[in-house]
Amino acid sequence: MKKSNDAFWWTLFGGGGALTAMFVPALLFLFTIATPLGWVEGPSYANIAWLLMHPLTRIVAFGLISLSFFHWAHRFRFTLYDGLQLKHLFELIAVICYGGAIAGSLVAAYVLL
Amino acid sequence: MESKTGYTLHHPKWHRDAKPIFWWVKRWVYIGFIFRELTSVAVAYSAILMIILYRSVQSGPEAYAQMLECLSHPVMLVINVLALGAVLYHSITWFNLSPKAMVVRLGDWRVPDLMIAGGNYAGWFLISAVIAAAYILG
Repeated sequence: MKKSNDAFWWTLFGGGGALTAMFVPALLFLFTIATPLGWVEGPSYANIAWLLMHPLTRIVAFGLISLSFFHWAHRFRFTLYDGLQLKHLFELIAVICYGGAIAGSLVAAYVLL
Repeated sequence: MESKTGYTLHHPKWHRDAKPIFWWVKRWVYIGFIFRELTSVAVAYSAILMIILYRSVQSGPEAYAQMLECLSHPVMLVINVLALGAVLYHSITWFNLSPKAMVVRLGDWRVPDLMIAGGNYAGWFLISAVIAAAYILG
């Protein structure tokens, strides 16, 4: 990975980091903890389907999902690199991480858009 | 111009101490650092959940109900509580670090770190409140 690419990947990482920090805790808490435990009653199917299928929601959700993957890719890449001292696998790790993020984004685009 | 008979500069091998793989368990700050970086796994997991949520909603009411049923399985609950903990840690560390990454100046006055972080927290609570209100009322 050439040095000149770093700013590009960092921007995706930073955008994903900021968006997920703002949006994900509330969503995760409501959908996966509060509702299954019966603390709150989630919206009806009709309402959630309307909201999620709205074109604007789909675009925003796609952006959030895709940037989440790129956020992961950048952080995970350097965690493997620094944390596990895998310096000799530098390029392979970069390809796997960013490739994974691109693949995840394509799946998200296929499902959402 | 292209001469193969040049000489190469002597380039001594840098001395680097071999670091053990688990170098970071020795201090709490390092563990915190690795944990912060690993919160990105929870972020990616949440993204996958969102795709699954979309899939189930597209497939109809039964599939959606089935997905909610699946989320109430104890194993899923444990995973999701851990994921929530990680994502919260991500948010907090992100907001605390953002003043250092983003220096805001108004004229000669540098906006204090606390105000930038505070603004982030205010935005976070506002967004979370809107999401929660929409979810509960919707």
